[in-house]
Amino acid sequence: MTAKTLYDKLVDSHTVTELPDGDLLVYVDFHIMNEYTSPQAFSGLAEKGLDVWRPEAHLAVVDHVNGTSRQGGPDPESRLLISNLEKNCHTHEIAFYGLGDPRQGIEHVVVPEQGLVAPGMLIACGDSHTTTYGAFGALGFGIGTSEVEHVLASQTLRYKRLKPMRISVNGQVAPGATAKDIIMHVIRVVGAGGANGYAVEFAGDAIVALDMSGRMTVCNMAVELGARAALIAADEVTTAACSGHAGSVFAGSDIEVWGSDAGADFDRDISIDAAEIVPLVSWGTSPDQSLPVDGYVPVLEDMQTPAAEQSLLRALDYMGLQPGQKLEGIPIDSAFIGSCTNSRIEDLRSAAQVLRGRRVADGVKAIIVPGSALTRVLAEAEGLDVIFKSAGFEWRPESGCSMCLAMNDDVALDGERVASSTNRNFEGRQGRGARTHLMSPAMVAASAVAGHIVDVREYHTAKGDNHA
Amino acid sequence: MPEQVTGQMAAFPQPNVDTDVIMPKRFLKTITRRGLADGTFADLRFDEQGNALPDFVLSKADFRNASVLVVGSNFGCGSSREHAVWGLRQLGIQAIIGTDFGGIFYDNARKNGLVLPIVSKAIQSELLALASKPDVNALVDIANKTIAVDGSSFEFEMDPATRQALLDERDETLDTLALSAQIRAYEQDHFKNLKVKVAR
Repeated sequence: MTAKTLYDKLVDSHTVTELPDGDLLVYVDFHIMNEYTSPQAFSGLAEKGLDVWRPEAHLAVVDHVNGTSRQGGPDPESRLLISNLEKNCHTHEIAFYGLGDPRQGIEHVVVPEQGLVAPGMLIACGDSHTTTYGAFGALGFGIGTSEVEHVLASQTLRYKRLKPMRISVNGQVAPGATAKDIIMHVIRVVGAGGANGYAVEFAGDAIVALDMSGRMTVCNMAVELGARAALIAADEVTTAACSGHAGSVFAGSDIEVWGSDAGADFDRDISIDAAEIVPLVSWGTSPDQSLPVDGYVPVLEDMQTPAAEQSLLRALDYMGLQPGQKLEGIPIDSAFIGSCTNSRIEDLRSAAQVLRGRRVADGVKAIIVPGSALTRVLAEAEGLDVIFKSAGFEWRPESGCSMCLAMNDDVALDGERVASSTNRNFEGRQGRGARTHLMSPAMVAASAVAGHIVDVREYHTAKGDNHA
Repeated sequence: MPEQVTGQMAAFPQPNVDTDVIMPKRFLKTITRRGLADGTFADLRFDEQGNALPDFVLSKADFRNASVLVVGSNFGCGSSREHAVWGLRQLGIQAIIGTDFGGIFYDNARKNGLVLPIVSKAIQSELLALASKPDVNALVDIANKTIAVDGSSFEFEMDPATRQALLDERDETLDTLALSAQIRAYEQDHFKNLKVKVAR
């Protein structure tokens, strides 16, 4: 037997058949839907007179368009998306975790909470951040609406095998650096499209040392590399995270199977020194445009080609920054902690650690949206909500994607500068003309207190000091 | 789909054009696939009052009717929203030539007859130069995987399944369901190890 990668094991174990055109037909163990990428898939089924192949293998969650200040859709179009999903799920007898359901939340936060992911699974969802499930040694990937229709009707997808890439992060990260900083650093090194066509397996001490929440952050944002799949080998951390859920899909037996064999071949093998990883902040409009928080915005002379110069100028014009400007000290208008990347209980705890005994700077609008209703309950049981509220953060009663993609009423204004624990700093992502700076939840908390981008490491040493 | 598509070229060399830029969020609140032409590149094409922004290539008189775009690297990265592809098709875009594309965007394109020829960096540079001139047409030959412009011919890559899907225009869902017996047989074996049942 030749040595196999974890990726190939996952694909091979889900291959129903090889199709004549070269695609594989792969079996989807579990499929998740949201309200905005599924409507046309259900209409497709209706037009073709098709049923859902296996209704109990799907879950629908409302998360993208709902408001989080109060329950419901903020406008009639959003309300239609929500009621349409509920109706479709009712018709096809599919599990629906809607607004007010104690299990509701951001899809990629809900699924692990409900024990619906385990090593060796294949999971698809009409959302690019489905790579999150790689943290469990499962193959998760985002699909379009036509593919949602395909998986509803047949429980399968037509699939092209990716090339395997390994990214090893060796050693220990610098103090103050988090899983968010690891993945932002990797994206900066490998590039925004650097993993197009690849399935990335993360390895190395710095990855193995992460808890499951951190591993999810890394795999979640790997899609910003272009990786259609991101994986981490299953181990004891995985076993612990999968156990203890009522109705878990985890059988518990063969966890050691779900890793790459020794000597398995990778098309690309990248090694990164973890010691170089410090708290990062993005300065541009692509997730690979980030730098250590104590750094400076690039200058034209740093650019290798005229195209790169153009790109830099365009990004700086949009972001309202100058070449060579110091990142620390850039004033912010708002702070947002939330999203499928960083809204789990561990993220909230790390923000609370910074905010305890401190106040958000005058004039900064600060919002925390918990990743799920269960996360909110847990955070409140730990008293985190009290810390957030006394610090001047809005603690939202409802869960959802909210200002990560601003499909609800949390839209940043033209020119508004946001310190954000989210995943994309694209032009217009948080609102037309909105300026996003990606960073870890602790960095967002510290920047909210300072009123400008700040190095969180100063806040870990000077705890209790009131900067407001 | 015919074996070839022909149309005027336009150059849009900016790298990392994401699907949020191709189809901004405010156009996503729909339960149909229709009415997305105006939303496509909306923040690049129009100001907040709806006036055309003259700098964007497809706003220029010389390129308004272009249907073959030559783009920068990593076009279509980001969100899975198929609305981006629906909108491009509704705007009249037939083919987008680039060095690499966002993976989900690439698969969505195939489902909607949007042709995405993949070319080398060198050919991309040549095509960008050609596409920057007004009234230059490209003939994209899917069957032969070539692009003909001004008497020159350029090769492109396209995986066999995508090429076949574009040529045949078959309904992939119905095609797959013809294999139902194989899927059932797979399940019988697979369910011994893993069977998901989501609590309602």
